[in-house]
Amino acid sequence: METLERIIAEQPFFAGLEPGVLELVTGCASNVRFDAGAYIFKEGDEANEFYLIRGGKVALELFAPQRKPIIVETLGVGDILGWSWLIPPFHWKFFARAVEDTRAIALDGKCLRTKCEENHDLGYEMVKRFAHIIERRLEATRFQLMDVYGARKRA
Amino acid sequence: MSSRRTQNAVMGAVQLRKLIELLASRGYEVLGPTVRDGAIVYDRIESASELPVGWTDEHKPGQYRLKRREDEAVFGYVVGPQSWKKYLQPAEVRLWSAERQDGTFRILNNENQPKHPFAFLGVRACELKAIGIQDRVLLGSQYRDSIYGGRREGVFIIVAQCTQSAETCFCASMGTGPRAEEGFDLALTELLSPEGHRFVVEAGSDQGAELLAELQTTPATEADQQKASEAVEAAARQQVRSIDNNGIKELLYKNFEHPRWDHVAARCLTCANCTMVCPTCFCTNVEDVSDVTGEHAERWRRWDSCFTLAFSYIHGGSVRTSSKARYRQWMTHKLAAWIDQFGSSGCVGCGRCITWCPAGIDITEEVRAMREGGRHGNT
Amino acid sequence: MTTAAQIDPMMPAAYVVRQVSKETRDTFTLTLGPEDGGSNGSFQPGQFSMLWVFGVGELPISISGDPSASGKLVYTVRSVGEATHSLISRKVGDGVGVRGPFGTGWPLEAARGRDVVIAAGGIGLAPLRPVIYEVLKHRSEYGRLVVLYGSRSPQDLLYRKELAAWARQRDTQILVTVDYGGLSWRGHVGVVTTLFKYARLQPQQSVAMVCGPEIMMRFVTRELQTHGFSRNDIYLSMERNMKCAVGFCGHCQYGPLFICKDGPVFRYEQIRPMLEKYEL
Repeated sequence: METLERIIAEQPFFAGLEPGVLELVTGCASNVRFDAGAYIFKEGDEANEFYLIRGGKVALELFAPQRKPIIVETLGVGDILGWSWLIPPFHWKFFARAVEDTRAIALDGKCLRTKCEENHDLGYEMVKRFAHIIERRLEATRFQLMDVYGARKRA
Repeated sequence: MSSRRTQNAVMGAVQLRKLIELLASRGYEVLGPTVRDGAIVYDRIESASELPVGWTDEHKPGQYRLKRREDEAVFGYVVGPQSWKKYLQPAEVRLWSAERQDGTFRILNNENQPKHPFAFLGVRACELKAIGIQDRVLLGSQYRDSIYGGRREGVFIIVAQCTQSAETCFCASMGTGPRAEEGFDLALTELLSPEGHRFVVEAGSDQGAELLAELQTTPATEADQQKASEAVEAAARQQVRSIDNNGIKELLYKNFEHPRWDHVAARCLTCANCTMVCPTCFCTNVEDVSDVTGEHAERWRRWDSCFTLAFSYIHGGSVRTSSKARYRQWMTHKLAAWIDQFGSSGCVGCGRCITWCPAGIDITEEVRAMREGGRHGNT
Repeated sequence: MTTAAQIDPMMPAAYVVRQVSKETRDTFTLTLGPEDGGSNGSFQPGQFSMLWVFGVGELPISISGDPSASGKLVYTVRSVGEATHSLISRKVGDGVGVRGPFGTGWPLEAARGRDVVIAAGGIGLAPLRPVIYEVLKHRSEYGRLVVLYGSRSPQDLLYRKELAAWARQRDTQILVTVDYGGLSWRGHVGVVTTLFKYARLQPQQSVAMVCGPEIMMRFVTRELQTHGFSRNDIYLSMERNMKCAVGFCGHCQYGPLFICKDGPVFRYEQIRPMLEKYEL
């Protein structure tokens, strides 16, 4: 547990948390591994955790009828995977699959949610950090949406 | 063209015929104003009788009419829809032709130069300035437009100093007229007084002085020179329009989103008349064509206009699709960007764009509206 | 360039297609050599030529070959319309007219002794490839080389073999991503800006060169600045309609700048006020 606390403290995502708050977070953390090809979570499942990727690559996928499944995005070292644990109705919106053998720190979302409700300082710190991630993801998604490299039809 | 100021001379109006003959005999193709199709246009002039004697023009935004004068003034009008660029930077010119040969091709260089040098008779001060501006654009950068260069070389310029202005003229505020100070071979100021129909003639170059020496002239009296001077000054005072060029670059660059552009866009038809009549607009299109057999190809250069949708087309669409963007591009380029590009305004205040705009859009009014309208542009 | 083009920049020189290779479903690389077999003049990475297909038309295409390989000019062309389609349909031995080279090149001088960061989107890698060749050929004159390359899908990636070869060079980091990845794609998926977190960057000692669709370049320059790059160390290659390439036809104007002669490569600081203007 001590090692885990040190690892979490070193992560840029958790930088700036007060020791007390950091301890609360660590209390909900554990080390996990996923083999290449394994699904980390599936669309529709309850979102009860999020992950801080420490190695490997994870693909976010969408399946739709009459279409080949598409990878919306891949995440790698240092990326946060999943924010649906924080936002009702707490369900995953995508599939997450390990493209390579992947190591991550898993954080118990249900546990953290409860702690955030009790400790608003912790809650505020979590929301601030996730807001930043969501904003960057949204910006990247809009950029992706523009399909800038696609061949345009003649005006 | 060196400028040797000799004592100004006076010649009778009938000497114009001799002037034209002299130029023709020296191998010049004499081009000048003539009345055709309800307008004063530029064309070959073979005799003085083809000049627009006794005609004047009435200009208003979106309106042009020829009217008969009560006198027999030869240059008693202002400007017609055309400018001298039709000769120097022609509307249509073939750059070269090519022939297919075993999978590859041979370019045949075409002779593009006119057979005879031009003599322009009746150049206005604003037009002379416009020629100078096009000289800078087409001959004054790292590349040289050889077609323009070939046609421009050896042009004999005879200015007709303006003794009246139209309602749409604003050269005085642009510093481009109504008096032509230099850059011409001869400058004529027409006087119609009881003393007789005559011209005060100024030589602006050695060639001009030489030609003048062959005409029947008398030295200009103090009184005549005074009258000539006053006539041109009166033309300046007559002008009702103006552009204040102070800080015009900043004004236009900083007001990219000014609501006035929407105001103009609601009226502008993007018909491109303004660019066609403007004496400094130089944009061209390059077109490659081939014949039915596919063995023979040609490259043509034609006048183009930034007002067309295709002008800014790059794969997939045009950059300037709205008429607002296109009008803004033209005006900002003409009055502001031109200064950064070529060291002077691109506008000479001739007023043609105002006269020939079917919607009567007035570039001077647009500038004023932008200056005075503030953030909300309610004018 | 041959003397003909020097005399009159509007006259194409006769070149012949020596090689055609298919990069992707709609993109081909053409190698041209002068018809008379002579050695052509050199070009600066970033410059472009006007390529003419007999009787069809002329197009501005960036030179994408090795600047030190004399006797040939290489172009990577994407078929997006009639003219580009006819260009990529050329066969070996066909004649193509070439005018140029025109324009300003990438700032290799400014990059000497510094890291070179290349951010390319789609066909934008083509005008930057000469820089990569140049840096790898004169390795000791430059610092690290970082290439961030984004394309639409794995099938649209250019120069895949070369990308793999470049990745094996010392002090060289090649990062590739696609906007849309199929399940068999094992690489990154996401817009090119998502590659920044994997890049080993030293912003204070770098020169960044960016080329791709304008929107992509805007996103990338924003990301570069977020990562500490100075506006004076970022260079973009701009594109507009071009007809003459010598500043007379007026089509390529971008504000007061002529893309054909003041560009196409510009320092970001110079064009920053213009990039945000819609329909400029």
